[in-house]
Amino acid sequence: MATVTFRVSRGDATKTEFKDYTAETGEGMVVLDALHQIQATQAPDLACRWNCKAGKCGSCSAEINGVPKLMCMTRLDDLPTDAPIIVEPMQAFPKVKDLVTDVSWNYEVKKKIKKFKPRKPDNADGTWKMMQEDADRPQEFRKCIECFLCQDVCHVLRDHHKHDEFIGPRFFVYTAALEMNPLDTEDRISDLKNRDGIGYCNITKCCTKVCPEHITITDNAIIPLKERVVDEFYDPVLKLIQLVFRPRKKESEA
Amino acid sequence: MADYQTHEHDVIVIGAGGAGLRAAIEASASGVSVGLVCKSLLGKAHTVMAEGGIAAALANVDDRDNWKVHFADTMRGGQYVNNWRMAQLHAQEAPARVRELEAWGAVFDRTPDGKILQRNFGGHKYPRLAHVGDRTGLELIRTLQDHGIHQGISVYMERTVVRLLKDGDRISGALAYDRERGRWTVFKAKAIILATGGIGKAYKITSNSWEYTGDGHTLAYDVGAELIDMEFVQFHPTGMVWPPSVRGILVTEGVRGEGGVLRNKEGKRFMFGDIPENYKPQTAADEEEGFRYVLGDKEARRPPELLTRDHVARCIVREVKEGRGSPHGGVFLELQTFAEWFGKKSKGFNAAEHWKKKLPSMYHQFKELGGLDLTKESMEVGPTTHYMMGGVRVDSDSQMSRIPGLFACGECAAGINGANRLGGNSLSDLLVLGKRAGEYAAQYAKANPATTIHTEQVDSAAKWALAPFDRTSDENPFKIQADLQDMMQDLVGIVRKEDEMQRALEGLEKLKARAAKVQVTGNREYNPGWHTALDLHNLLTVSEGITIGAILRKESRGAQFRDDYPKKDNAKFGKVNSIIAKGPDGKMQIRLEEIPAMPQELKDAVMAEAGGVLPDELK
Repeated sequence: MATVTFRVSRGDATKTEFKDYTAETGEGMVVLDALHQIQATQAPDLACRWNCKAGKCGSCSAEINGVPKLMCMTRLDDLPTDAPIIVEPMQAFPKVKDLVTDVSWNYEVKKKIKKFKPRKPDNADGTWKMMQEDADRPQEFRKCIECFLCQDVCHVLRDHHKHDEFIGPRFFVYTAALEMNPLDTEDRISDLKNRDGIGYCNITKCCTKVCPEHITITDNAIIPLKERVVDEFYDPVLKLIQLVFRPRKKESEA
Repeated sequence: MADYQTHEHDVIVIGAGGAGLRAAIEASASGVSVGLVCKSLLGKAHTVMAEGGIAAALANVDDRDNWKVHFADTMRGGQYVNNWRMAQLHAQEAPARVRELEAWGAVFDRTPDGKILQRNFGGHKYPRLAHVGDRTGLELIRTLQDHGIHQGISVYMERTVVRLLKDGDRISGALAYDRERGRWTVFKAKAIILATGGIGKAYKITSNSWEYTGDGHTLAYDVGAELIDMEFVQFHPTGMVWPPSVRGILVTEGVRGEGGVLRNKEGKRFMFGDIPENYKPQTAADEEEGFRYVLGDKEARRPPELLTRDHVARCIVREVKEGRGSPHGGVFLELQTFAEWFGKKSKGFNAAEHWKKKLPSMYHQFKELGGLDLTKESMEVGPTTHYMMGGVRVDSDSQMSRIPGLFACGECAAGINGANRLGGNSLSDLLVLGKRAGEYAAQYAKANPATTIHTEQVDSAAKWALAPFDRTSDENPFKIQADLQDMMQDLVGIVRKEDEMQRALEGLEKLKARAAKVQVTGNREYNPGWHTALDLHNLLTVSEGITIGAILRKESRGAQFRDDYPKKDNAKFGKVNSIIAKGPDGKMQIRLEEIPAMPQELKDAVMAEAGGVLPDELK
């Protein structure tokens, strides 16, 4: 057992300060364990979100020594303990209290994205035929646990506060899961360009780096979506054909 | 007079896991106004932790499967004290509920011919669990969430209900605080659906998160509803045991479904040594047959690791108790034996890739939290408090309790699982009975006039909830909760005895007295100390229910194992459920009630899967 100092951001939207607490550490302990210990023994009103404590619900997002992480998946033995471990809330969202932020914006964004619209069932019993190779792509994106760490790290939101013009990596992944679902017939490409601000992403891959589910956000979701936008709006040959025939994406495929 | 805002809906759903979301979607689709109140953010409920799959007799992988076999499996798993009507509806309607998820955007793993893939699981005769790797619960909750947000449901996140309100005999609303500011909200409704999940936080070692404090159980009990089968608490056989900080976190049964083998420290595969009589005809004779079953050989029977959870958990406890456990008090679970066997048959089999594909989230969990690679090393596992079979007593078809307008579904309701739930039956239960609760609650709301909120009820509940701020004592809510968890773990855990449980009852009285003095510091804004203090009432209520239920049932059946009554006693307890209600003196009362006779058609279904013999419980 060793004693480790945690420098925790306390306070609300109006006033924030760091306070130091100590925790007794044990084998395999994660940052969330230490915060629970601090709550139970020193600061019962220390606010933090958590649920599953196994990296599956995405509730306990925070910044640990400046890096966006899940507190339940960050082991103390992976952190330097000769200096205090700094724990702060996500910076891209308004602070509520201590480590809790107001992430409601994300829920509003999701509502605006056109919902799943399947083609007619392939079989009389209302089922579809879908091969595993075709399921693989959306399944990668559907691993997302909505921790919003990718939103937190994205400089378009974090530094430039483009929340009104840019939906962020999480919702590009969400859109990609819908667009690449082999059963889906909806078209979200013009929304991506005109409303969702996909052009703001300059593929620095910060989101991919912080994703606790290891989703290859930039390469597999954002870049293919960007390509679809380019194909639909900037391809001169296609533009010409569209002028004559006006084919819609999915209908022509179906 | 408490200061509060009011939101009015026809139907209020409390809890936004699978059951609550499915109920809300159905009620909303019926054309009534629906409010969904949840303790956490939307999409974070414990359904995300369900890993293995959704049990439904789709017969995609084995065409011999049908609802009758699923029904018989569920009844056998529950040791025949289940509500047979619920088990019937569940088995019949589960396939349609799964297909509907696909229409709403779920992307299940596929069979080679492009259908929804199904996997083996404990107690299920055929491969029956529709799944997505080992993150099926996440797929289910996200699908329902993403479908539900376009249905016009009003979602109230991070609000905790502390009391249900009544208008005469009828339910009329609920009082909740919001976590962010600690302000009061009254939800006024014609019907309320409880879908609050389980009680795992009554125990020290649990796979459940902070939310699972028996809220729905207690809210219903406090307004006069009955609780049933409270003695049946499921201890999942495989939780992580090391390191200490992850003790109790679930290791999916899917590991065993995919060929995982349990061994003691001597390397012995101990499950082969203890197969209950009624499961012998369905269990593999040797390792080879078990592995063939895992691969889908229809002639083979399932390996003993896939016996029901209650049995596997007890075998693990026995191994540990008799000194054959792993270094940290569990047993070993390993995939290497299967991989080696399969590798010999199938050239080019890459074990590491295979397991990462089949069990990605387990791989990740052990790698990052346990520091081990499950494709190469043995895991250490042991029982963890997982699921509550007991809960609010509701009508099998409508899910309404005896309080008009009060419905319950999912884990906080009871009946379908009897003495032990089969893995995979929870996600299907959420969908089937959640949908029914939503449908009937909407019907009830349409057929009945508006209710009235009686402010004196609101005031007294708010006053009770705020009292801990005004006290001065040294009773810390976290400490009381931890002491309760220790006590329940030690005295009313997997192996139970009369004298220990009597001590637990005395202990509960002391803890109640301490909880009445609990003090919280700070203010009402996002204050976990306060939230924990309020949850104590619920945890103490369900703990008392579990204990008196376990004392009354002087036999061992399913999840209830009595060291002093180690056998089943069909004559006394094979046809009864325990029923708990609040007495006129405010004290908890318990009685036994006979289970109605099963119709012949269902008896035939059970017999067909039990070698033509009707189990004693059904005679």
